[in-house]
Amino acid sequence: MALPHATTTPPVAREAAVAGRTRRKVGVRAPWWFVVPAIAVYLFIVVVPSVNGALFSFTDWNGLRPGWSLVGLDNYAAVFADRTARDALVNTLLLAAAATVVQNVVGLLLALGVNSMVKSRYLLRVIFFAPVVLTPLVAGYVWSFLLSPNGAVNDALRAVGLGTLAHDWLGDPDTALYAIVAEIVWQFAGYSMVIYLAGLQAIPSEVLEAATIDGAGAWSKFRRVVLPLLNGAVVINVMLCLIGGLKQFDQVMAMTGGGPGTATETISTTIYKSAFSLGDFPFSIALAVVMTVVIAVLAGIQFRLTQRKSS
Amino acid sequence: MYARYTWRTLTREATLILLALLFLVPLVGLLNVSLKSQDSQTSALAFDFPPTLDNYAQAWNQASLGAALANSFAITGISVVLIIAFSAMAAYPLARVTRGWSRYTFSFVIGGLLIPGQLALLPLYATMRDLGLLGSLWSVILINVGQQMPFSVFLYTMFLRELPLDYEEAALLDGCGPLRSFVTVVFPLLRPVTGTVVILNTVGIWNEFFTPLLYLGGSDNTTAPVAIYGFVSQYVSQWPLIFAGLVISVIPILVVYFALQKHIIKGFAGGLKG
Repeated sequence: MALPHATTTPPVAREAAVAGRTRRKVGVRAPWWFVVPAIAVYLFIVVVPSVNGALFSFTDWNGLRPGWSLVGLDNYAAVFADRTARDALVNTLLLAAAATVVQNVVGLLLALGVNSMVKSRYLLRVIFFAPVVLTPLVAGYVWSFLLSPNGAVNDALRAVGLGTLAHDWLGDPDTALYAIVAEIVWQFAGYSMVIYLAGLQAIPSEVLEAATIDGAGAWSKFRRVVLPLLNGAVVINVMLCLIGGLKQFDQVMAMTGGGPGTATETISTTIYKSAFSLGDFPFSIALAVVMTVVIAVLAGIQFRLTQRKSS
Repeated sequence: MYARYTWRTLTREATLILLALLFLVPLVGLLNVSLKSQDSQTSALAFDFPPTLDNYAQAWNQASLGAALANSFAITGISVVLIIAFSAMAAYPLARVTRGWSRYTFSFVIGGLLIPGQLALLPLYATMRDLGLLGSLWSVILINVGQQMPFSVFLYTMFLRELPLDYEEAALLDGCGPLRSFVTVVFPLLRPVTGTVVILNTVGIWNEFFTPLLYLGGSDNTTAPVAIYGFVSQYVSQWPLIFAGLVISVIPILVVYFALQKHIIKGFAGGLKG
Protein backbone atom coordinates (compact mmCIF):
# COMPACT_ATOMS: atom_id res chain seq x y z
CA MET A 1 0.00 0.00 0.00
CA ALA A 2 1.37 3.40 -0.99
CA LEU A 3 1.13 6.36 1.33
CA PRO A 4 -1.01 9.02 -0.38
CA HIS A 5 -1.37 12.46 1.22
CA ALA A 6 1.55 11.75 3.49
CA THR A 7 1.86 15.40 4.37
CA THR A 8 -1.70 15.64 5.64
CA THR A 9 -1.63 12.42 7.66
CA PRO A 10 -1.93 13.08 11.39
CA PRO A 11 1.27 12.23 13.31
CA VAL A 12 -0.13 9.15 15.07
CA ALA A 13 -1.43 7.63 11.85
CA ARG A 14 1.83 8.44 10.13
CA GLU A 15 3.78 6.68 12.83
CA ALA A 16 1.58 3.60 12.43
CA ALA A 17 2.03 3.75 8.69
CA VAL A 18 5.81 3.96 9.04
CA ALA A 19 5.77 1.01 11.43
CA GLY A 20 3.65 -0.85 8.90
CA ARG A 21 6.11 -0.03 6.17
CA THR A 22 9.09 -1.23 8.20
CA ARG A 23 7.19 -4.39 9.01
CA ARG A 24 6.55 -5.06 5.36
CA LYS A 25 10.14 -4.28 4.50
CA VAL A 26 11.37 -6.81 7.04
CA GLY A 27 8.78 -9.26 5.74
CA VAL A 28 10.27 -8.96 2.28
CA ARG A 29 13.63 -9.84 3.81
CA ALA A 30 12.27 -13.34 4.58
CA PRO A 31 12.90 -14.70 1.07
CA TRP A 32 10.32 -16.88 -0.63
CA TRP A 33 12.87 -19.57 -1.50
CA PHE A 34 13.13 -20.51 2.19
CA VAL A 35 10.00 -22.62 1.68
CA VAL A 36 11.46 -24.56 -1.24
CA PRO A 37 13.08 -27.53 0.61
CA ALA A 38 9.98 -28.10 2.78
CA ILE A 39 7.57 -27.83 -0.13
CA ALA A 40 9.71 -30.10 -2.32
CA VAL A 41 9.72 -32.94 0.22
CA TYR A 42 6.04 -32.38 1.03
CA LEU A 43 5.09 -32.53 -2.66
CA PHE A 44 7.22 -35.61 -3.27
CA ILE A 45 6.13 -37.59 -0.20
CA VAL A 46 2.56 -36.43 0.45
CA VAL A 47 0.87 -34.46 -2.31
CA VAL A 48 1.89 -36.17 -5.55
CA PRO A 49 1.48 -39.76 -4.29
CA SER A 50 -1.86 -38.90 -2.62
CA VAL A 51 -3.23 -37.40 -5.82
CA ASN A 52 -1.91 -40.39 -7.76
CA GLY A 53 -3.50 -42.72 -5.22
CA ALA A 54 -6.88 -41.06 -5.73
CA LEU A 55 -6.53 -41.21 -9.53
CA PHE A 56 -5.21 -44.78 -9.65
CA SER A 57 -8.21 -45.97 -7.62
CA PHE A 58 -10.22 -45.67 -10.88
CA THR A 59 -7.75 -47.82 -12.80
CA ASP A 60 -6.44 -51.39 -12.74
CA TRP A 61 -2.88 -50.19 -11.96
CA ASN A 62 -1.21 -52.97 -10.01
CA GLY A 63 2.12 -51.34 -9.24
CA LEU A 64 4.22 -54.02 -10.93
CA ARG A 65 3.46 -53.56 -14.61
CA PRO A 66 3.91 -50.06 -15.94
CA GLY A 67 0.61 -49.76 -17.86
CA TRP A 68 -2.93 -49.27 -16.60
CA SER A 69 -6.41 -48.68 -17.98
CA LEU A 70 -9.50 -47.01 -16.60
CA VAL A 71 -12.00 -49.28 -14.86
CA GLY A 72 -14.34 -46.65 -13.43
CA LEU A 73 -15.85 -47.61 -10.09
CA ASP A 74 -15.02 -51.32 -10.32
CA ASN A 75 -12.49 -51.18 -7.48
CA TYR A 76 -14.99 -49.47 -5.21
CA ALA A 77 -17.63 -52.06 -6.10
CA ALA A 78 -15.10 -54.75 -5.15
CA VAL A 79 -14.37 -53.05 -1.82
CA PHE A 80 -18.02 -52.77 -0.82
CA ALA A 81 -18.78 -56.30 -2.00
CA ASP A 82 -15.94 -57.67 0.13
CA ARG A 83 -16.89 -59.04 3.52
CA THR A 84 -13.48 -58.37 5.13
CA ALA A 85 -13.43 -54.77 3.93
CA ARG A 86 -16.97 -54.15 5.21
CA ASP A 87 -16.09 -55.72 8.57
CA ALA A 88 -12.93 -53.64 8.70
CA LEU A 89 -14.90 -50.47 8.05
CA VAL A 90 -17.39 -51.23 10.82
CA ASN A 91 -14.63 -52.33 13.24
CA THR A 92 -12.62 -49.20 12.57
CA LEU A 93 -15.59 -46.91 13.21
CA LEU A 94 -16.51 -48.81 16.40
CA LEU A 95 -12.93 -48.80 17.64
CA ALA A 96 -12.41 -45.11 16.89
CA ALA A 97 -15.72 -44.11 18.52
CA ALA A 98 -15.19 -46.23 21.63
CA ALA A 99 -11.57 -45.17 22.07
CA THR A 100 -12.44 -41.48 21.57
CA VAL A 101 -15.23 -41.49 24.16
CA VAL A 102 -13.45 -43.55 26.83
CA GLN A 103 -10.04 -41.95 26.36
CA ASN A 104 -11.47 -38.46 26.68
CA VAL A 105 -13.50 -39.25 29.78
CA VAL A 106 -10.53 -40.95 31.46
CA GLY A 107 -8.14 -38.24 30.29
CA LEU A 108 -10.36 -35.47 31.62
CA LEU A 109 -10.82 -37.20 34.99
CA LEU A 110 -7.07 -37.74 35.29
CA ALA A 111 -6.46 -34.09 34.40
CA LEU A 112 -8.95 -32.90 37.04
CA GLY A 113 -7.24 -35.22 39.54
CA VAL A 114 -3.67 -34.14 38.90
CA ASN A 115 -4.67 -30.48 38.65
CA SER A 116 -5.92 -30.48 42.26
CA MET A 117 -3.92 -29.97 45.42
CA VAL A 118 -2.89 -33.61 45.85
CA LYS A 119 0.72 -33.75 47.01
CA SER A 120 1.88 -36.38 44.52
CA ARG A 121 0.48 -34.54 41.49
CA TYR A 122 3.79 -34.08 39.67
CA LEU A 123 4.77 -37.74 40.09
CA LEU A 124 1.26 -38.83 39.05
CA ARG A 125 1.50 -36.82 35.83
CA VAL A 126 4.79 -38.55 34.97
CA ILE A 127 3.28 -42.00 35.58
CA PHE A 128 0.02 -41.43 33.70
CA PHE A 129 1.93 -40.02 30.74
CA ALA A 130 4.64 -42.71 30.60
CA PRO A 131 2.67 -45.13 28.34
CA VAL A 132 2.37 -42.39 25.70
CA VAL A 133 6.08 -42.58 24.87
CA LEU A 134 6.16 -46.39 24.89
CA THR A 135 6.39 -47.96 21.42
CA PRO A 136 2.76 -48.85 20.51
CA LEU A 137 3.84 -52.18 19.05
CA VAL A 138 5.60 -53.11 22.29
CA ALA A 139 2.65 -51.97 24.41
CA GLY A 140 0.43 -54.16 22.24
CA TYR A 141 2.59 -57.22 22.92
CA VAL A 142 2.61 -56.60 26.66
CA TRP A 143 -1.17 -56.33 26.70
CA SER A 144 -1.68 -59.43 24.60
CA PHE A 145 0.32 -61.27 27.27
CA LEU A 146 -1.69 -59.75 30.14
CA LEU A 147 -4.98 -60.59 28.38
CA SER A 148 -4.03 -64.17 27.46
CA PRO A 149 -6.07 -67.01 29.03
CA ASN A 150 -3.56 -67.43 31.87
CA GLY A 151 -2.52 -63.79 31.92
CA ALA A 152 -2.56 -61.29 34.74
CA VAL A 153 -6.03 -59.93 33.94
CA ASN A 154 -7.67 -63.33 34.33
CA ASP A 155 -5.52 -64.11 37.40
CA ALA A 156 -6.75 -60.90 38.99
CA LEU A 157 -10.40 -61.71 38.18
CA ARG A 158 -10.03 -65.16 39.73
CA ALA A 159 -8.32 -63.72 42.78
CA VAL A 160 -11.25 -61.42 43.55
CA GLY A 161 -13.84 -64.14 42.96
CA LEU A 162 -14.90 -63.05 39.49
CA GLY A 163 -13.39 -66.15 37.90
CA THR A 164 -16.51 -66.68 35.79
CA LEU A 165 -15.64 -63.55 33.81
CA ALA A 166 -12.16 -64.83 33.02
CA HIS A 167 -11.71 -65.87 29.41
CA ASP A 168 -9.58 -65.54 26.31
CA TRP A 169 -10.18 -61.84 25.72
CA LEU A 170 -8.32 -61.63 22.42
CA GLY A 171 -9.47 -65.02 21.16
CA ASP A 172 -13.18 -64.21 21.56
CA PRO A 173 -14.61 -62.26 18.59
CA ASP A 174 -17.05 -60.48 20.93
CA THR A 175 -14.39 -59.03 23.22
CA ALA A 176 -11.24 -58.77 21.08
CA LEU A 177 -12.01 -55.34 19.63
CA TYR A 178 -12.83 -53.88 23.05
CA ALA A 179 -9.70 -55.42 24.54
CA ILE A 180 -7.76 -53.44 21.95
CA VAL A 181 -9.74 -50.32 22.85
CA ALA A 182 -8.75 -50.87 26.51
CA GLU A 183 -5.10 -51.04 25.51
CA ILE A 184 -5.38 -47.85 23.43
CA VAL A 185 -7.06 -46.02 26.31
CA TRP A 186 -4.34 -47.17 28.72
CA GLN A 187 -1.64 -46.04 26.32
CA PHE A 188 -3.02 -42.65 25.31
CA ALA A 189 -5.19 -41.44 28.20
CA GLY A 190 -2.10 -39.57 29.41
CA TYR A 191 -1.99 -37.72 26.10
CA SER A 192 -5.55 -36.46 26.55
CA MET A 193 -4.78 -35.71 30.19
CA VAL A 194 -1.90 -33.42 29.30
CA ILE A 195 -3.97 -31.43 26.80
CA TYR A 196 -6.87 -31.09 29.27
CA LEU A 197 -4.40 -30.12 31.98
CA ALA A 198 -3.06 -27.32 29.80
CA GLY A 199 -6.66 -26.21 29.24
CA LEU A 200 -7.47 -26.32 32.95
CA GLN A 201 -4.40 -24.30 33.86
CA ALA A 202 -5.42 -21.60 31.40
CA ILE A 203 -8.66 -21.01 33.33
CA PRO A 204 -8.18 -17.91 35.51
CA SER A 205 -8.68 -18.71 39.19
CA GLU A 206 -10.79 -15.53 39.59
CA VAL A 207 -13.50 -17.11 37.43
CA LEU A 208 -13.68 -20.14 39.70
CA GLU A 209 -13.59 -18.01 42.83
CA ALA A 210 -16.44 -15.89 41.48
CA ALA A 211 -18.48 -19.03 40.85
CA THR A 212 -17.78 -20.25 44.39
CA ILE A 213 -18.87 -16.91 45.83
CA ASP A 214 -22.07 -17.15 43.79
CA GLY A 215 -22.70 -20.42 45.62
CA ALA A 216 -21.95 -22.91 42.83
CA GLY A 217 -21.24 -26.46 43.98
CA ALA A 218 -18.41 -28.55 42.59
CA TRP A 219 -20.57 -30.17 39.90
CA SER A 220 -22.27 -27.04 38.65
CA LYS A 221 -18.93 -25.24 38.69
CA PHE A 222 -17.58 -27.99 36.47
CA ARG A 223 -20.63 -28.08 34.17
CA ARG A 224 -21.13 -24.34 33.77
CA VAL A 225 -17.67 -22.85 34.16
CA VAL A 226 -14.89 -25.38 33.58
CA LEU A 227 -16.33 -27.44 30.74
CA PRO A 228 -17.27 -24.51 28.46
CA LEU A 229 -13.79 -23.04 28.94
CA LEU A 230 -12.26 -26.39 27.99
CA ASN A 231 -13.98 -26.37 24.60
CA GLY A 232 -10.71 -25.86 22.71
CA ALA A 233 -9.03 -28.78 24.47
CA VAL A 234 -12.06 -31.00 23.78
CA VAL A 235 -11.94 -30.16 20.07
CA ILE A 236 -8.23 -30.97 19.79
CA ASN A 237 -8.53 -34.16 21.84
CA VAL A 238 -11.55 -35.51 19.98
CA MET A 239 -9.94 -34.76 16.63
CA LEU A 240 -6.66 -36.45 17.59
CA CYS A 241 -8.36 -39.54 19.08
CA LEU A 242 -10.70 -39.91 16.14
CA ILE A 243 -8.03 -39.62 13.46
CA GLY A 244 -5.64 -41.84 15.45
CA GLY A 245 -8.35 -44.45 15.95
CA LEU A 246 -9.35 -44.43 12.28
CA LYS A 247 -5.74 -45.11 11.30
CA GLN A 248 -5.16 -47.83 13.92
CA PHE A 249 -2.59 -50.40 12.81
CA ASP A 250 0.23 -51.11 15.27
CA GLN A 251 -1.69 -52.43 18.26
CA VAL A 252 -3.93 -54.62 16.12
CA MET A 253 -0.92 -56.20 14.44
CA ALA A 254 0.68 -56.86 17.83
CA MET A 255 -2.42 -58.08 19.69
CA THR A 256 -4.55 -60.03 17.22
CA GLY A 257 -3.20 -59.60 13.70
CA GLY A 258 -6.80 -58.80 12.71
CA GLY A 259 -8.37 -61.96 14.10
CA PRO A 260 -10.09 -63.99 15.33
CA GLY A 261 -11.64 -64.23 11.88
CA THR A 262 -12.07 -60.61 10.87
CA ALA A 263 -13.19 -59.46 14.33
CA THR A 264 -10.41 -56.87 14.75
CA GLU A 265 -9.45 -56.21 11.15
CA THR A 266 -9.17 -52.43 10.63
CA ILE A 267 -9.03 -50.40 7.43
CA SER A 268 -5.26 -49.99 7.82
CA THR A 269 -4.56 -53.69 8.37
CA THR A 270 -6.80 -54.57 5.41
CA ILE A 271 -5.05 -52.06 3.14
CA TYR A 272 -1.69 -53.47 4.19
CA LYS A 273 -2.67 -57.11 3.75
CA SER A 274 -4.53 -56.73 0.47
CA ALA A 275 -1.60 -54.87 -1.08
CA PHE A 276 1.41 -56.64 0.35
CA SER A 277 0.18 -60.17 1.11
CA LEU A 278 -2.38 -60.59 -1.67
CA GLY A 279 -0.83 -58.21 -4.21
CA ASP A 280 -4.24 -56.67 -4.94
CA PHE A 281 -3.17 -53.04 -5.45
CA PRO A 282 -6.42 -51.78 -7.03
CA PHE A 283 -8.51 -53.07 -4.13
CA SER A 284 -6.10 -51.68 -1.55
CA ILE A 285 -5.90 -48.25 -3.13
CA ALA A 286 -9.70 -47.92 -3.41
CA LEU A 287 -10.00 -48.82 0.26
CA ALA A 288 -7.43 -46.12 1.08
CA VAL A 289 -9.61 -43.57 -0.72
CA VAL A 290 -12.66 -44.76 1.23
CA MET A 291 -10.65 -44.29 4.43
CA THR A 292 -9.65 -40.75 3.42
CA VAL A 293 -13.27 -39.87 2.71
CA VAL A 294 -14.39 -41.28 6.09
CA ILE A 295 -11.74 -39.23 7.91
CA ALA A 296 -12.59 -36.07 5.97
CA VAL A 297 -16.34 -36.46 6.57
CA LEU A 298 -15.97 -37.14 10.30
CA ALA A 299 -13.47 -34.30 10.71
CA GLY A 300 -15.86 -32.02 8.84
CA ILE A 301 -18.83 -33.02 11.02
CA GLN A 302 -16.82 -32.48 14.17
CA PHE A 303 -15.61 -29.11 12.92
CA ARG A 304 -19.19 -28.00 12.14
CA LEU A 305 -20.49 -29.13 15.53
CA THR A 306 -17.78 -27.39 17.51
CA GLN A 307 -18.03 -24.21 15.41
CA ARG A 308 -21.73 -23.95 16.17
CA LYS A 309 -21.09 -24.61 19.83
CA SER A 310 -18.52 -21.87 20.20
CA SER A 311 -20.44 -19.23 18.25
CA MET B 1 -9.43 -25.23 43.36
CA TYR B 2 -8.89 -26.37 46.94
CA ALA B 3 -6.99 -24.07 49.19
CA ARG B 4 -6.31 -26.53 52.00
CA TYR B 5 -5.50 -30.22 52.21
CA THR B 6 -8.83 -31.63 53.40
CA TRP B 7 -10.12 -35.18 53.84
CA ARG B 8 -11.56 -34.84 50.37
CA THR B 9 -8.14 -34.15 48.96
CA LEU B 10 -6.85 -37.19 50.82
CA THR B 11 -9.51 -39.46 49.28
CA ARG B 12 -8.70 -38.02 45.90
CA GLU B 13 -4.99 -38.58 46.41
CA ALA B 14 -5.53 -42.20 47.51
CA THR B 15 -7.74 -42.92 44.48
CA LEU B 16 -5.22 -41.40 42.10
CA ILE B 17 -2.30 -43.32 43.60
CA LEU B 18 -4.26 -46.57 43.30
CA LEU B 19 -4.99 -45.73 39.68
CA ALA B 20 -1.34 -44.89 39.04
CA LEU B 21 -0.31 -48.28 40.42
CA LEU B 22 -2.81 -49.90 38.07
CA PHE B 23 -1.32 -47.89 35.19
CA LEU B 24 2.12 -49.20 36.08
CA VAL B 25 1.06 -52.88 36.05
CA PRO B 26 1.83 -53.48 32.35
CA LEU B 27 5.25 -51.82 32.70
CA VAL B 28 6.09 -53.79 35.83
CA GLY B 29 4.88 -56.98 34.15
CA LEU B 30 7.08 -56.25 31.14
CA LEU B 31 10.19 -55.85 33.27
CA ASN B 32 9.35 -58.69 35.64
CA VAL B 33 8.69 -61.33 32.99
CA SER B 34 11.91 -60.40 31.19
CA LEU B 35 13.82 -61.35 34.35
CA LYS B 36 12.27 -64.81 34.71
CA SER B 37 13.86 -68.04 33.62
CA GLN B 38 12.40 -69.35 30.37
CA ASP B 39 10.64 -72.34 31.92
CA SER B 40 9.00 -70.25 34.61
CA GLN B 41 5.27 -70.93 35.00
CA THR B 42 4.52 -68.18 37.50
CA SER B 43 2.18 -65.28 36.83
CA ALA B 44 3.32 -62.02 35.22
CA LEU B 45 3.21 -60.17 38.52
CA ALA B 46 4.78 -62.85 40.73
CA PHE B 47 8.47 -62.26 41.35
CA ASP B 48 10.80 -65.20 40.70
CA PHE B 49 13.97 -65.48 42.67
CA PRO B 50 16.73 -65.23 41.62
CA PRO B 51 16.09 -62.98 38.61
CA THR B 52 18.15 -63.80 35.51
CA LEU B 53 19.67 -61.65 32.79
CA ASP B 54 20.10 -64.61 30.41
CA ASN B 55 17.11 -63.54 28.32
CA TYR B 56 18.73 -60.21 27.65
CA ALA B 57 21.94 -61.71 26.31
CA GLN B 58 20.01 -64.16 24.16
CA ALA B 59 17.51 -61.59 22.84
CA TRP B 60 20.31 -59.15 22.06
CA ASN B 61 22.06 -61.76 19.91
CA GLN B 62 19.11 -63.47 18.29
CA ALA B 63 17.09 -60.37 17.41
CA SER B 64 20.17 -58.49 16.09
CA LEU B 65 19.01 -55.61 18.24
CA GLY B 66 22.34 -53.78 18.15
CA ALA B 67 22.13 -53.05 14.44
CA ALA B 68 18.40 -52.31 14.65
CA LEU B 69 18.90 -49.80 17.47
CA ALA B 70 21.72 -48.13 15.53
CA ASN B 71 19.37 -47.77 12.55
CA SER B 72 16.62 -46.38 14.77
CA PHE B 73 19.07 -43.81 16.14
CA ALA B 74 20.24 -42.85 12.64
CA ILE B 75 16.73 -42.59 11.21
CA THR B 76 15.39 -40.61 14.17
CA GLY B 77 18.40 -38.29 14.35
CA ILE B 78 18.66 -37.46 10.65
CA SER B 79 14.88 -37.13 10.22
CA VAL B 80 14.53 -34.75 13.17
CA VAL B 81 17.43 -32.55 12.06
CA LEU B 82 16.01 -32.27 8.53
CA ILE B 83 12.49 -31.61 9.82
CA ILE B 84 13.76 -28.78 12.01
CA ALA B 85 15.90 -27.21 9.27
CA PHE B 86 13.23 -27.38 6.56
CA SER B 87 10.19 -26.46 8.62
CA ALA B 88 11.84 -23.59 10.54
CA MET B 89 13.11 -22.13 7.27
CA ALA B 90 9.74 -22.52 5.58
CA ALA B 91 7.92 -20.96 8.50
CA TYR B 92 10.01 -17.78 8.27
CA PRO B 93 8.50 -16.37 5.06
CA LEU B 94 5.15 -18.01 5.82
CA ALA B 95 4.91 -16.03 9.06
CA ARG B 96 6.55 -12.80 7.92
CA VAL B 97 5.34 -12.26 4.36
CA THR B 98 1.75 -11.12 4.45
CA ARG B 99 1.09 -11.32 0.72
CA GLY B 100 -1.23 -13.83 -0.95
CA TRP B 101 1.18 -16.55 -1.99
CA SER B 102 2.36 -17.00 1.56
CA ARG B 103 -1.16 -17.53 2.90
CA TYR B 104 -2.04 -20.00 0.15
CA THR B 105 1.18 -21.92 0.66
CA PHE B 106 0.52 -22.12 4.40
CA SER B 107 -3.01 -23.50 3.85
CA PHE B 108 -1.64 -25.91 1.26
CA VAL B 109 0.88 -27.34 3.72
CA ILE B 110 -1.53 -27.46 6.67
CA GLY B 111 -4.04 -29.33 4.51
CA GLY B 112 -1.64 -32.24 4.70
CA LEU B 113 -2.66 -32.78 8.33
CA LEU B 114 -5.94 -34.30 7.16
CA ILE B 115 -4.55 -36.64 4.51
CA PRO B 116 -3.95 -40.15 5.87
CA GLY B 117 -0.63 -41.65 4.81
CA GLN B 118 -2.46 -44.71 3.48
CA LEU B 119 -3.69 -42.73 0.47
CA ALA B 120 -0.14 -42.06 -0.71
CA LEU B 121 1.07 -45.51 0.30
CA LEU B 122 1.11 -47.49 -2.94
CA PRO B 123 2.24 -44.79 -5.41
CA LEU B 124 4.97 -43.82 -2.96
CA TYR B 125 5.99 -47.44 -2.54
CA ALA B 126 6.22 -47.85 -6.33
CA THR B 127 8.29 -44.65 -6.61
CA MET B 128 10.71 -45.73 -3.88
CA ARG B 129 11.04 -49.11 -5.54
CA ASP B 130 11.76 -47.50 -8.92
CA LEU B 131 14.37 -45.27 -7.31
CA GLY B 132 16.01 -48.34 -5.76
CA LEU B 133 15.42 -47.05 -2.23
CA LEU B 134 13.63 -50.11 -0.82
CA GLY B 135 15.66 -51.42 2.09
CA SER B 136 17.52 -48.11 2.39
CA LEU B 137 17.25 -45.95 5.49
CA TRP B 138 16.83 -42.93 3.21
CA SER B 139 13.38 -44.05 2.08
CA VAL B 140 12.16 -44.02 5.68
CA ILE B 141 13.94 -40.75 6.47
CA LEU B 142 12.42 -39.00 3.44
CA ILE B 143 8.95 -40.29 4.32
CA ASN B 144 9.26 -39.18 7.94
CA VAL B 145 10.37 -35.72 6.88
CA GLY B 146 7.55 -35.33 4.34
CA GLN B 147 4.83 -36.66 6.61
CA GLN B 148 5.88 -34.60 9.63
CA MET B 149 6.30 -31.41 7.61
CA PRO B 150 2.72 -30.06 7.90
CA PHE B 151 2.59 -30.24 11.67
CA SER B 152 6.11 -28.90 12.24
CA VAL B 153 5.62 -26.02 9.79
CA PHE B 154 2.34 -25.25 11.55
CA LEU B 155 4.00 -25.10 14.98
CA TYR B 156 6.89 -22.92 13.78
CA THR B 157 4.65 -20.55 11.84
CA MET B 158 2.21 -20.01 14.71
CA PHE B 159 5.12 -19.35 17.07
CA LEU B 160 6.86 -16.94 14.68
CA ARG B 161 3.71 -14.91 14.17
CA GLU B 162 3.73 -14.09 17.89
CA LEU B 163 7.43 -13.20 17.89
CA PRO B 164 8.19 -9.46 17.79
CA LEU B 165 10.15 -8.09 14.83
CA ASP B 166 12.58 -5.98 16.88
CA TYR B 167 15.52 -8.38 16.77
CA GLU B 168 15.28 -8.92 13.04
CA GLU B 169 15.03 -5.18 12.47
CA ALA B 170 18.16 -4.69 14.54
CA ALA B 171 19.94 -7.39 12.53
CA LEU B 172 18.78 -5.70 9.34
CA LEU B 173 20.19 -2.34 10.48
CA ASP B 174 23.45 -4.07 11.32
CA GLY B 175 23.62 -5.21 7.71
CA CYS B 176 22.69 -8.87 8.08
CA GLY B 177 21.48 -10.63 4.95
CA PRO B 178 18.28 -12.69 5.20
CA LEU B 179 20.05 -16.03 5.56
CA ARG B 180 22.46 -14.71 8.16
CA SER B 181 19.78 -12.97 10.14
CA PHE B 182 17.71 -16.16 10.08
CA VAL B 183 20.57 -18.36 11.29
CA THR B 184 22.05 -16.04 13.89
CA VAL B 185 18.99 -14.13 15.11
CA VAL B 186 15.67 -15.79 14.30
CA PHE B 187 16.47 -19.47 14.73
CA PRO B 188 17.90 -19.07 18.26
CA LEU B 189 14.72 -17.21 19.23
CA LEU B 190 12.69 -20.23 18.11
CA ARG B 191 14.24 -22.43 20.81
CA PRO B 192 11.05 -23.18 22.77
CA VAL B 193 9.15 -24.37 19.72
CA THR B 194 12.20 -26.23 18.41
CA GLY B 195 12.16 -28.18 21.68
CA THR B 196 8.52 -29.12 21.11
CA VAL B 197 9.21 -30.14 17.50
CA VAL B 198 12.17 -32.28 18.59
CA ILE B 199 10.17 -34.04 21.31
CA LEU B 200 7.04 -34.76 19.29
CA ASN B 201 8.99 -36.02 16.29
CA THR B 202 11.54 -38.04 18.24
CA VAL B 203 8.86 -39.99 20.09
CA GLY B 204 6.79 -40.45 16.94
CA ILE B 205 9.63 -41.50 14.65
CA TRP B 206 11.37 -43.78 17.16
CA ASN B 207 8.12 -45.66 17.76
CA GLU B 208 6.98 -45.71 14.13
CA PHE B 209 6.27 -49.23 12.91
CA PHE B 210 4.31 -49.12 9.66
CA THR B 211 6.75 -47.24 7.39
CA PRO B 212 9.91 -49.12 8.40
CA LEU B 213 8.02 -52.43 8.26
CA LEU B 214 7.09 -51.70 4.67
CA TYR B 215 10.34 -50.21 3.42
CA LEU B 216 12.90 -52.03 5.56
CA GLY B 217 11.13 -55.28 6.46
CA GLY B 218 13.03 -58.29 5.16
CA SER B 219 16.19 -56.24 4.54
CA ASP B 220 19.25 -56.15 6.77
CA ASN B 221 18.44 -52.57 7.72
CA THR B 222 15.61 -52.82 10.20
CA THR B 223 14.61 -50.54 13.05
CA ALA B 224 13.96 -51.60 16.63
CA PRO B 225 10.16 -52.07 16.27
CA VAL B 226 10.53 -54.03 13.02
CA ALA B 227 13.23 -56.25 14.52
CA ILE B 228 10.94 -56.89 17.49
CA TYR B 229 8.04 -57.75 15.19
CA GLY B 230 10.12 -60.39 13.41
CA PHE B 231 11.58 -61.64 16.68
CA VAL B 232 8.17 -62.12 18.30
CA SER B 233 6.75 -64.11 15.40
CA GLN B 234 9.85 -66.31 15.49
CA TYR B 235 9.79 -67.05 19.22
CA VAL B 236 6.02 -67.18 19.79
CA SER B 237 5.07 -67.68 23.43
CA GLN B 238 8.65 -67.74 24.75
CA TRP B 239 7.56 -64.72 26.74
CA PRO B 240 10.61 -64.16 28.99
CA LEU B 241 12.86 -64.04 25.92
CA ILE B 242 10.43 -61.86 23.95
CA PHE B 243 9.99 -59.46 26.85
CA ALA B 244 13.74 -59.03 27.26
CA GLY B 245 13.85 -57.99 23.61
CA LEU B 246 10.94 -55.61 24.17
CA VAL B 247 12.67 -54.01 27.16
CA ILE B 248 15.91 -53.50 25.21
CA SER B 249 14.00 -51.88 22.35
CA VAL B 250 12.20 -49.37 24.56
CA ILE B 251 15.04 -48.49 26.95
CA PRO B 252 16.32 -45.55 24.85
CA ILE B 253 12.95 -43.82 24.54
CA LEU B 254 12.03 -44.45 28.19
CA VAL B 255 15.40 -43.16 29.41
CA VAL B 256 14.85 -39.99 27.38
CA TYR B 257 11.36 -39.69 28.82
CA PHE B 258 12.29 -40.05 32.47
CA ALA B 259 15.27 -37.72 32.05
CA LEU B 260 13.26 -34.98 30.32
CA GLN B 261 9.73 -35.77 31.53
CA LYS B 262 8.94 -32.21 32.58
CA HIS B 263 9.80 -30.75 29.17
CA ILE B 264 8.22 -33.65 27.31
CA ILE B 265 4.87 -33.31 29.06
CA LYS B 266 4.95 -29.54 28.51
CA GLY B 267 6.02 -29.99 24.89
CA PHE B 268 3.14 -32.30 24.10
CA ALA B 269 0.61 -30.00 25.75
CA GLY B 270 2.06 -26.79 24.30
CA GLY B 271 2.57 -28.20 20.83
CA LEU B 272 -0.96 -29.41 20.51
CA LYS B 273 -2.63 -26.40 22.04
CA GLY B 274 -1.20 -24.44 19.08
